[in-house]
Amino acid sequence: MWDYIKLALLGVIAILAAIATNFARDLAYQVHAIIVLAVAGGLFVWYLRRIGEPKPAPETGYMDGPVRAAVIATAFWGVVGFLAGTFIAFQLAFPQLNFEWAQGYLNFGRLRPLHTSAVIFAFGGSALLATSFYVVQRTSAARLWGGNAAWFVFWGYQLFIVLAATGYLLGSTQSKEYAEPEWYVDWWLTIVWVVYLAVFLGTIMKRKEPHIYVANWFYLSFIVTVAMLHVVNNLSIPVSIWGSKSVQVFAGVQDAMTQWWYGHNAVGFFLTAGFLGMMYYFVPKQAERPVYSYKLSIVHFWALIFLYIWAGPHHLHYTALPEWASTLGMVFSVILWMPSWGGMINGLMTLSGAWDKIRTDPIIRMMVISIGFYGMSTFEGPMMSIKAVNSLSHYTDWTIGHVHSGALGWNGMITFGALYFLVPRLWNRERLYSMSLVNWHFWLATIGIVLYAASMWVTGIMEGLMWREVDAQGFLVNSFADTVAAKFPMYVVRGLGGVLYLTGALIMAYNLWMTVRRSPAKAEAPAMAPAE
Amino acid sequence: METYSLLREFADSWFLLVLFAFFIGTVIWAFRPGSGPIHRDSAEIPFRHEDRPASDLEDGAAAKEAR
Repeated sequence: MWDYIKLALLGVIAILAAIATNFARDLAYQVHAIIVLAVAGGLFVWYLRRIGEPKPAPETGYMDGPVRAAVIATAFWGVVGFLAGTFIAFQLAFPQLNFEWAQGYLNFGRLRPLHTSAVIFAFGGSALLATSFYVVQRTSAARLWGGNAAWFVFWGYQLFIVLAATGYLLGSTQSKEYAEPEWYVDWWLTIVWVVYLAVFLGTIMKRKEPHIYVANWFYLSFIVTVAMLHVVNNLSIPVSIWGSKSVQVFAGVQDAMTQWWYGHNAVGFFLTAGFLGMMYYFVPKQAERPVYSYKLSIVHFWALIFLYIWAGPHHLHYTALPEWASTLGMVFSVILWMPSWGGMINGLMTLSGAWDKIRTDPIIRMMVISIGFYGMSTFEGPMMSIKAVNSLSHYTDWTIGHVHSGALGWNGMITFGALYFLVPRLWNRERLYSMSLVNWHFWLATIGIVLYAASMWVTGIMEGLMWREVDAQGFLVNSFADTVAAKFPMYVVRGLGGVLYLTGALIMAYNLWMTVRRSPAKAEAPAMAPAE
Repeated sequence: METYSLLREFADSWFLLVLFAFFIGTVIWAFRPGSGPIHRDSAEIPFRHEDRPASDLEDGAAAKEAR
């Protein structure tokens, strides 16, 4: 019965997409309709050819297919996102790279959201899918709930990424930072996300462990909060159902506040809570010892949840936002320092008694430096949210440097560590192909981040000071173009940092590929085989 | 009273108290006397079911022992 419903649904979607292709009012919408038509039509044929086939016996054991797929997607989108980022870094240094023949498609303004979404949502999001599905099964001692729903989540999320990325290049954007995709892409993500929540919660509910391990608390808060943020920030009314343009429901400062309530909590719950879930599983596993203090992890979780949600207004200091709201955001950002460092201490101290592993195990070293960057960027962030500091740092490259020390250092490194941990286990290999390549990756990435962060500190503080410099008569000394010219050397250094980071990621992709192809298989019975 | 002012007053007083009390409660709960062994046991969860779910174990006794 379900097979026929699925066929009917796919057929209806394909026909609607064909109609939408015909009536499309803009290019981005038309291209998206064609993509949806191809996907729905292809799936229709695929299911039609298999209808009536006998069902395979329900599998037991852990469901690692979607985890493997998401691991591949993570490595792939990582390389794509870092490449886009390195390219636009050089576009800023050398504007000639905004090629005349590609105007309107490959210039900085179109590629920048492609870079941010590729690294945050494609690379980070796929990593979160992979690790959350892996961790929730192991810590619940239960197979993923919902059968093939996990596959729907994986492929649905990849479709979202493709629609978002092609939309940016073709100019479909609602111009909300980190929430650029237009209304129909938002609706699709909402459906995928609700299924994700159902799979995750369903697995937790049928767990065989009496206690819900702390990593799952962080993953769950990430899924629930991102659902709430996404729906509220994307409340908009389409101008036409045949076009991509939509109009926001909120206006003015309410819209700005909603946007940064979303924007900062996307950092807080997507890039922090979700990745802390990784930290609380993979660091103990790789160090082969339990987390330093489980009590501290509980306090860490609740303090982070209670504080983060209020910090958004610090993005809107000295704007039309009421003073009390911006002060509230600043105060909560500063208090947030404490749970962040509590979590950092908990992660680092997990190694107590095994500190020699930092010397001998490059994967642990990667995880430790990622926690170190977590600590540094969660110190820098609260400091920058203080109004006096913000009056210097806001709108400058310091902000970009801060974001990247968190994203490249914390999110990137913990993800690399998790990938190095996962690939041998998921493909049943004895070990990684090469440890010295992991070492190379570690140092290239670390030096790349240092170049990036240091150059952005220098250029950010410099341009902040240049903007506010006044002469004896009270006139501004520098024009905007003066600051741009002065920033050139630092922009080149930043681009080189990106090249190093990208090279490291390419080495990782090669190493992981060779691990699957060449590394010796594990001796005993494969873990993936269904148990009798 | 208009809805905004009403909700604002409620948020600034009672609900603030509820959230704060909940948070303090979680801290007290985490540090309650006698919770040490339970927490140590919870921290060991990642090291138990690496390869297969608990339900796949051959007999229920092993599953019980595993926790």
